[in-house]
Amino acid sequence: MIPQAFDYTAPKSLDEALGLLAKGAKPLAGGMSLIPMMKLRLAAPDHLVDLRRLKDLNYIREQGAAVHIGATATHYDVENSAVVRGKCPLLAETAAHIGDVQVRNMGTIGGSIAHNDPSADYPAALQALEAKVVLKGAKSERTVSVADFFVDTFTTALEPGEIIREVIVPVEDSGTGTSYQKVAQPASGFAIVGIAVRVRKSGGKIGMARIGVTGLANRSYRAAAAEKALEGKAGSATEIQNAASLVAERVDVNSDLHASADYRRHLAVVYAARALMAALARSA
Amino acid sequence: MNITTHINGKSYSHDVEPRLLLIHYLREVVGLTGPHIGCETSLCGACTVELNGKAVKSCTMFAVQADGANVVTIEGLASNGKLHAMQEAFWNEHGAQCGFCTPGMIMASKQIIDRNPNPTEEEIRHGLEGNICRCTGYQHIVNAVKAAAKAAGV
Repeated sequence: MIPQAFDYTAPKSLDEALGLLAKGAKPLAGGMSLIPMMKLRLAAPDHLVDLRRLKDLNYIREQGAAVHIGATATHYDVENSAVVRGKCPLLAETAAHIGDVQVRNMGTIGGSIAHNDPSADYPAALQALEAKVVLKGAKSERTVSVADFFVDTFTTALEPGEIIREVIVPVEDSGTGTSYQKVAQPASGFAIVGIAVRVRKSGGKIGMARIGVTGLANRSYRAAAAEKALEGKAGSATEIQNAASLVAERVDVNSDLHASADYRRHLAVVYAARALMAALARSA
Repeated sequence: MNITTHINGKSYSHDVEPRLLLIHYLREVVGLTGPHIGCETSLCGACTVELNGKAVKSCTMFAVQADGANVVTIEGLASNGKLHAMQEAFWNEHGAQCGFCTPGMIMASKQIIDRNPNPTEEEIRHGLEGNICRCTGYQHIVNAVKAAAKAAGV
């Protein structure tokens, strides 16, 4: 499995990289999705620009009420960062589910979400976190919400010549409980269904519930009907079950050789209930 | 493109095509056939090597990405005729059956202990998720990692 020939540049600066990308080169980060596609000749870029060596894309830092994660922070970095574990535990928990240790050592958050596989893990958490993505071009920089960023299967809001600069997630309020529950396809590790949940109670009632879903449809989404059903509830087993049953409502569910649409829908309800219970147990 | 890599403590410089995969560079250019080509689709882990201290699948990486990097293959673990503690543990605990997955298994196992000297069984299994043994000899492999951790703790 030899990819088609290509030119390779490891630029010294972000500006140099953006200049090359503006001319049509393809960015390479960890390569955990792109290189397998190139080996299968599903992708055949003429020119790869290696972003992995750019120091100014590789960081994780707390800034105000948010955690800023540079595009080339690896899944291992996110999984083990004291900042992410402490301030945004849902994202660290989710990162630990991606692929395997070798993949997490190389794969990056920017590369993963730019690829936008509909079964990837991060989108579930980023939807639940209402995260933002900063997109940088040679002459532009803009910030978009993940709801707008994840457009469709393998399709994002990135324009030609743009790269992801960073992902911004909110610092979690103390007392918020979070959980990511996933049914992994055993060979690839991709999510057949992945549910990320954040819940916060006040005065014994659920004041905030966010549910991000991956693996189910052509793109990740927030299960708004299920979230709404939880508001003001104490979180009894019946209430959780009722909310979970809405997680795939009005969703066109994927069907493939790993799971039929009906089975996926069933799994989504079961795993939404599990994620809600785990998150509620962790909430104050 | 000319690349310089430091492999098992020795420096190598070669002119390579950008599309040359690291596993092919190691096996066919440098002559280190310890890392194996199993699935070639980054699932089996037989090609696992260490790149700047991190276990990676060398079938899913271009040699040019390793320019300037420190690479350790299974050949680099033993020193002065003495096996690395993880190799010793695999031997003592019968962690190898046919042996095809063994180089990758040992590199991934080394990463587990390097990062967490006293892993639980669950943590060991989590750390080996990227490596497949078609003989299904996982129990002895897990035992080997436990034994290596225990030996290091003595």
